[in-house]
Amino acid sequence: MTWLTSHPLTFLVFAPTLLGLLILVLPHALGRLSRMLGFMGALAVFALSLSWLLGRHEGAVLLTERAPWFTLVGLPVDYALTVDGLNLWLVILTTFLVPLTMLGTWNSIKDRIGTFAALFLLLETGMLGALMAQDLFFFYLFWEAMLIPMYFMIGVWGGDERRYAANKFFLYTLGGSLLWLVALLYLANKAGGFNPVLMGQAASLMPFSVQCWLFIAFAVAFAIKVPLFPLHTWLPDAHVQAPTAGSVILAGVLLKLGGYGFIRFAIPMFPAAAMHYAKPIAILSVIAIVYGALVAMVQRDIKKLVAYSSVSHMGFVMLGLASFTVIGTQGAMLQMLNHGISTGALFLLVGMLYDRAHTRMIADFGGVAVKMPVFTTFFLIVTLSSIGLPLTNGFVGEFWILNGTFLSGFSWGRLYACLATSGVLLGAVYMLWMFKRVFWGPENKDEDSGTHHLHSDLNAREIAVMLPLVVLILWMGVHPRTFVAVSEAPVAALLQDAKAPEPRTFVLKPAVHEAAPAHEGAHATEGHAAEPAAPEVHR
Amino acid sequence: MNKYYWLIPILPLLGCLFNGLLGKRAGKGAVTVVGLGVVLGSFLLALSAFLAMKGMVDHRLVLNYGEWMATGSLSVPFGLAIDPLSGTMMLVITGIGFLIHLYSVGYMHEDEGYARFFCYLNLFVFFMLTLVLGSSLVLMFVGWEGVGLCSYLLIGYFYETDFAPDAGLKAFLTNRVGDLGVAIGMMVLFAAFGTLTVSDILTQAGHLAPEVGFGVLTFATLMLFFGATGKSAQLPLYLWLPDAMAGPTPVSALIHAATMVTSGIYMICRLAPVFSLAPISMNVVAWVGGATALFAATIGLVQRDIKKVLAYSTVSQLGYMFLGLGASGFAAGFFHVFTHAWFKALLFLGAGSVIHAMHHEQDLFKMGGLRNKTKITFITMFAGTIAIMGFPGTSGFFSKDEILYLAYLKSPALWVIGVLGACCTSFYMWRLMALTFWGEPRDHHAYDQAHESPISMTLPLMVLAAGSLLWGFWGVPEAFGGHFAVGEFLKPALTFGQTHAAHGHHEGPAILLAVISTTLGLGFGFFGWTTFKNGPAAEVAFAAKHPFVHNLLLNKYYVDEGVELYLLRPIRWFGNLLWKLFDVILIDGVGVNLPGALTRVFGDFTALFQTGRVRNYALSMALGAALLLYVYLK
Repeated sequence: MTWLTSHPLTFLVFAPTLLGLLILVLPHALGRLSRMLGFMGALAVFALSLSWLLGRHEGAVLLTERAPWFTLVGLPVDYALTVDGLNLWLVILTTFLVPLTMLGTWNSIKDRIGTFAALFLLLETGMLGALMAQDLFFFYLFWEAMLIPMYFMIGVWGGDERRYAANKFFLYTLGGSLLWLVALLYLANKAGGFNPVLMGQAASLMPFSVQCWLFIAFAVAFAIKVPLFPLHTWLPDAHVQAPTAGSVILAGVLLKLGGYGFIRFAIPMFPAAAMHYAKPIAILSVIAIVYGALVAMVQRDIKKLVAYSSVSHMGFVMLGLASFTVIGTQGAMLQMLNHGISTGALFLLVGMLYDRAHTRMIADFGGVAVKMPVFTTFFLIVTLSSIGLPLTNGFVGEFWILNGTFLSGFSWGRLYACLATSGVLLGAVYMLWMFKRVFWGPENKDEDSGTHHLHSDLNAREIAVMLPLVVLILWMGVHPRTFVAVSEAPVAALLQDAKAPEPRTFVLKPAVHEAAPAHEGAHATEGHAAEPAAPEVHR
Repeated sequence: MNKYYWLIPILPLLGCLFNGLLGKRAGKGAVTVVGLGVVLGSFLLALSAFLAMKGMVDHRLVLNYGEWMATGSLSVPFGLAIDPLSGTMMLVITGIGFLIHLYSVGYMHEDEGYARFFCYLNLFVFFMLTLVLGSSLVLMFVGWEGVGLCSYLLIGYFYETDFAPDAGLKAFLTNRVGDLGVAIGMMVLFAAFGTLTVSDILTQAGHLAPEVGFGVLTFATLMLFFGATGKSAQLPLYLWLPDAMAGPTPVSALIHAATMVTSGIYMICRLAPVFSLAPISMNVVAWVGGATALFAATIGLVQRDIKKVLAYSTVSQLGYMFLGLGASGFAAGFFHVFTHAWFKALLFLGAGSVIHAMHHEQDLFKMGGLRNKTKITFITMFAGTIAIMGFPGTSGFFSKDEILYLAYLKSPALWVIGVLGACCTSFYMWRLMALTFWGEPRDHHAYDQAHESPISMTLPLMVLAAGSLLWGFWGVPEAFGGHFAVGEFLKPALTFGQTHAAHGHHEGPAILLAVISTTLGLGFGFFGWTTFKNGPAAEVAFAAKHPFVHNLLLNKYYVDEGVELYLLRPIRWFGNLLWKLFDVILIDGVGVNLPGALTRVFGDFTALFQTGRVRNYALSMALGAALLLYVYLK
């Protein structure tokens, strides 16, 4: 056990792969056993991640493993894994979603069950590795490794257009990362290694224009993953074609890696360039928020609607990051978790509906509430979370992001914050309009309709999947500190290192007789001033 | 007792959870006990808290229960603030709320979704209490959006119908439009004051000079007011409230008359010191309120659905409240909230009783003569009607008179608008009363089966009727020898330690104005009654003679149609355009698939050379070598 206590992160990252490889060598006939094995393994990883990672208060870094690994054309590559405030909850989100998704889509996959479970576990290794890696080459390996299992999940178990969607997903993401790889190798050459801190220092000594190019190379790779408008078009296809499990993980974790890439690497390594491009990023974010919502509004396929809603929600994440304020960045951190929970839950629910009705077209439904009251209740709660109703998780994230953006030290902050609020309205439009058409209204009695094929409400397994998600939705909404307290200090330090501009506040005009100028944000002194302002009335 | 006050909002939440999770299994009896019990318990606790608050020196009781969402410079505690303003609202919500819960026991007893109904109703009380008691604007916003949700769920309560889902959706989305204003207003206030805790904002506001022209606070308050037009159904966002009548009638009484729709007025009163710093905003509030008061009253003149009449009446009365606020009569506006809660809840519940008696008939033209069949309903509704028309001595008289008087001081034009609206009010109310209770029954079948409602429904009517008649004496204006006690009572909350009075010196012909407006109101009431006491013939004749005017009013000035045609349809069209143009054609077509296709074509072209025949390769090798040789030797 001594190896385990000194290498907990290695174990968390690679245990799923070991299990996955084991499952791959099991005969096909044992698919059901493989599935159970995979689920139990993923559940164990989740339990271990909770017990190892939570409840540690040892400064900024919670757990870390670092050792020299090999040299690549003379450049040392480190085997470096770390869990700290920036990735702790994303890691736990990943280990949580994997077993939950397996359980939620238990019967959705009909053929090659074992292979699917194995791929799922390989994917988990890729995601956890990418989240924890502290060496950029190591990170790059995981980043690309994630693509392969997802490619097969979409391409083999997907819908009718799965080949197109899988190829598009693969080429889009790969295309973005190739440019990034070039930048990575260039910078590593200058820095003498792939350590992000050293690379950042090396970059800061380069001419500003070079920093900008390097930042763009990083940013494009991450922005495709987010996805940021206009690099988002792989997402709807991938989501619609992917099996439910793929969609959940894609939305729940893979997209987060884009935002995470910004906050872990792109922004701290090139702070000056990042702030230089804050405005364009914010513009694209606002466009993504509004555009994603408007396009989601006119979709006819529920899953595609949810996919476009992701574009809108992830736009909020990027806007928060671009604000370069603690409130906005913390909002982005929370919003990433929110989106993982809420959109993951939505995809699971859509999957449950599809498994029964074999259609996802909104027009095929109507009156589902009559037939599936429990399902409807869950769907409503998740919908409310998605539209950011207060006391659900969605509200806190959006509220922070909007306020952070409004306070941003950049001059565009106020306007963009106001524009972005429209996303909150449009979110309610597309979600509740869809909800109304699918769940409310008279029962759709058409023989071919989706409603007609709904014979059973959620079973115990499905309820067991949804309950934790609902609990989390409320927990994150009522006590968000649980999930973002740990990132507060790193985020503040990051912004300070980046020399982010001071928040902009309004200066209010004090009453005439007041001696001290009322500084913005400063509390008035206790007690009554000599002559408080008497606003004129009845003039 | 202090340590139990957190239960004031939480009790109804627990009731909601019980009714939602276990209600169906536990049976109607348990649902009734829990659903009503939690609201009654909440009311009793609220009463105790109210008295405790009155005992405090500064009439303010603040209770904090930890931090909610702190990050960076933002801090939002879970805190309850009880002062005369929120304390009064708290009592209205739980008190009148309890009566309406009680009424619902009778009204909904046959409904299958009984548990679901009480689950939503309890949830509403929770959110409404959060709205008024929350110590910060963010908590207020929690309630603000939360009551919107409950309103949505309750309007869409009959979800298997065609119309209720649409009405629910419309209500939620229209409110969300307004909520954007609230969200932006909060952001501005946070950037200006560095806090969103109400008491901190108000303390700072006390040290500020009023804005000359359009400043930060003007922008913030206008944004907040825009939110108020959504929640409180004012121009231009009033559209949802008439449709909201698709919900069960107790809901209309509780949410869409007595409590939720007054949130906008409450918010402005809450922030009265800030609004007072922005004269432009105050003007906007007054004029929008006045315009809505008249506009909605004219539509109410010709509606045939008994609940629709009351709905437009509510929009109109809310307009009066804003008119009062805008005229710096924060206490007057809020006083009207209170009196309106009595008589409008009464009128709605009375209408519900009529509908109940007539087996779900809501068309006024099909009623008639019911005063013999439903005596209690008739007498109590009579009390409500004279209260709303402002019969001297009733609650509506005192509160409306104070508003009209302040409106006159601000601008005589506003007074004229207000009086015209009051005339319409009297007319449509007496039209409603006459068509319902007088004349010959026009639907004999329904009339024969009509019956008075059970005691659980009539008891609330009687209590509310007493309140409608008597509550006005809490605020007898100075012109009538009173001293506007309600203003004095609310003063600590409205001025927040500032020395200026919420409403200043009185001058002008107060008595004369009151006599004119009251006489006109009574006259139009009588006119309405004589016209319709024998049936709707006169209106049919009027419609035949002036079809344009009648249709215009009946179709609510065609605003809904205009919004659909010029706003909603273009937005959907635009969404489609974006999708098709950008995603499908530009980005995917030109940006992604075209390079893909080009690559394939290029690949196919180069594949031509990959023939697999050795002699071709040998030939190209020889040619290449020759070329290299040539270059090298040259």
